Amino acid sequence: MLEVRDISVAYGAIKALHGVSLSVAKGEIVTLIGCNGAGKSTTLRAISGLVRPGSGDILYEGRTLRGVAPHEIVRLGLAHSPEGRGVFPNMTVSENLDLGAYARKRSEHAQIREDREKALDLFPRLRERLKQSAGTLSGGEQQMLAMARALLARPRLLLLDEPSLGLAPQIVQLIFRIIREINAAGTTILLVEQNAHMALQVANRAYVLEVGRVVMSGDAKELARTDEVRKAYLGHG
Amino acid sequence: MNTSAAQLRERSRALAPGVGLSLARGVAPLVACLVLAVALQIAVRPLMGDYAAKLVLDIGVAVILAVSLTIVNGFTGQFSMGHAGFLAVGGYASGAVTYYGSLKVWGSAATHGGLLSGRPMSVDPSTLPLIGSGDLLFVGALLVGGLTAAALGLIVGLPSLRLRGDYLAIVTLGFGEIVRVCIQQTGPVIRTAAEAAQVPAWKLATSVGGALGFTGIPKYTSLFWVWLIAGITIMVAYRLKRSTYGRAFLSIREDEIASEAMGVNTTRYKVWAFVISAFFAGIAGGLFAHTLGVGLSAEAAGFLKSFDIIIMVVLGGLGSVSGAALAAMVVTLLPEWLRGKHVGPVDLSQYRLVIYALALILMMIFRPKGLLGVAELWDRSLWTSLAARLKRLAGGKGGSR
Repeated sequence: MLEVRDISVAYGAIKALHGVSLSVAKGEIVTLIGCNGAGKSTTLRAISGLVRPGSGDILYEGRTLRGVAPHEIVRLGLAHSPEGRGVFPNMTVSENLDLGAYARKRSEHAQIREDREKALDLFPRLRERLKQSAGTLSGGEQQMLAMARALLARPRLLLLDEPSLGLAPQIVQLIFRIIREINAAGTTILLVEQNAHMALQVANRAYVLEVGRVVMSGDAKELARTDEVRKAYLGHG
Repeated sequence: MNTSAAQLRERSRALAPGVGLSLARGVAPLVACLVLAVALQIAVRPLMGDYAAKLVLDIGVAVILAVSLTIVNGFTGQFSMGHAGFLAVGGYASGAVTYYGSLKVWGSAATHGGLLSGRPMSVDPSTLPLIGSGDLLFVGALLVGGLTAAALGLIVGLPSLRLRGDYLAIVTLGFGEIVRVCIQQTGPVIRTAAEAAQVPAWKLATSVGGALGFTGIPKYTSLFWVWLIAGITIMVAYRLKRSTYGRAFLSIREDEIASEAMGVNTTRYKVWAFVISAFFAGIAGGLFAHTLGVGLSAEAAGFLKSFDIIIMVVLGGLGSVSGAALAAMVVTLLPEWLRGKHVGPVDLSQYRLVIYALALILMMIFRPKGLLGVAELWDRSLWTSLAARLKRLAGGKGGSR
């Protein structure tokens, strides 16, 4: 479904990615793990077009995303729930959700309302807070909103950037359970996480990034058993 | 997550709005606005003195300017500092159309307006039709002014809206100054129909008075035209804010990257906001140019005028249409109210700008989002939060928060 081929990205003089390649098949949950500055978020931003790779290519359902503007990429069925959640703080929860469906056609109105109800069923907390400003939500609720909003674009591929960032362990459990549910309902997911423990549990496959390079990849459960990953990312001496 | 698909469809269908209702909502305010504007001109204007009428008219023009700037500075959060440039361009373009149009059609620049437009004192109102032939020329001229400003908005917006924050402010500031200097370079106004007939049309467009100002424009602007257009501007801005486009505008202001990730073409929407805003500023310029007692000069494009409009928008609340309109009223009335007020030997009206600056500083300290924030006067949430605040103030004196 998605194939990233040897992309390099630089912010000014600083190179963030040195030739990263990865692939995501339809129906999978794939996770990118690694520490701060490894280039996980940059990889997602390159896929959704928010940064331009200097070299390499990104293929989505067989067509290249090079030179395709971010707002067009969303229309191809690829939604990005950005790091730090990126909700619109002064807008209500309801308005935030409306913006999630922004890229969809007017004629899909009935379908959008249905998806909205579905998303609210997935996150009942949001339904209670529809008229509340998104900025007044708790961190966990904001994360839920960011995910619900991304779902309203009806993506075939959902990019999730650090959904567990700064959340209480209980909420993290909940968020990961919902990630599984979204996947079970037919959405392919590319998940970036620092919480390697949780990420490896839900994912089918995983890539380990270190300073802008893929250093390991494979089945998530098997990777979780390797010594390198256990030591560096799971905290087992 | 254990509802059936049929139930889900049922529930979501119940949430759909009716078609008839939304149509009525669109047309009714327009009709109401037209009726009110006619009533203002026919019934209320004769009861007012000339001074009061001029103030109400100035407020109307200020409302159009402030509300139009709200679309850029308030909705999309881009800081434009050259709004007066669009005002001046619209004023000069529409002024040229009515002035030279009148010369061509009637041989002089006298007004040919009806009951609803401005007219010299000497004309007996009972002889006039409701709408005169000159009014059509005037409306056409206003549209030309608006479209010229909008076209300029597009030309300026396309390259400059790729810039952010301070850089955009500097570019738009420069734009206003460029307009001002360009107007100063224009040739003298051609005074007779015979002379105007010999000059090619493009030359007429540049014969708008230069540094001396553009005098002789027929004075069509009346309370009717100003408040009709002010009403339309408010309506358009408010409907825009509540529309899909408006939500895109506001999302750009909230978080440009997230907005882009939602599929909003941010550059396109910023340019659109700029163009719409320039259009209404151009029309306001047209109204301004045709106002009795106004000498249209290059200073209309100056920084001070832009700053006046920015103050209205910031005071009213960035993103609030009714807030901008309210602040436009206050900022227009303030210098009038200060006129003749003395503190010792100091004439307060000369300290208008000092008072503005002070008001802005106080606003930034005590209420950084402006008078109304993004809310509108008719939003219930605004009043409930205000009531809660007052209650806390009344009950919580000396108590803990």
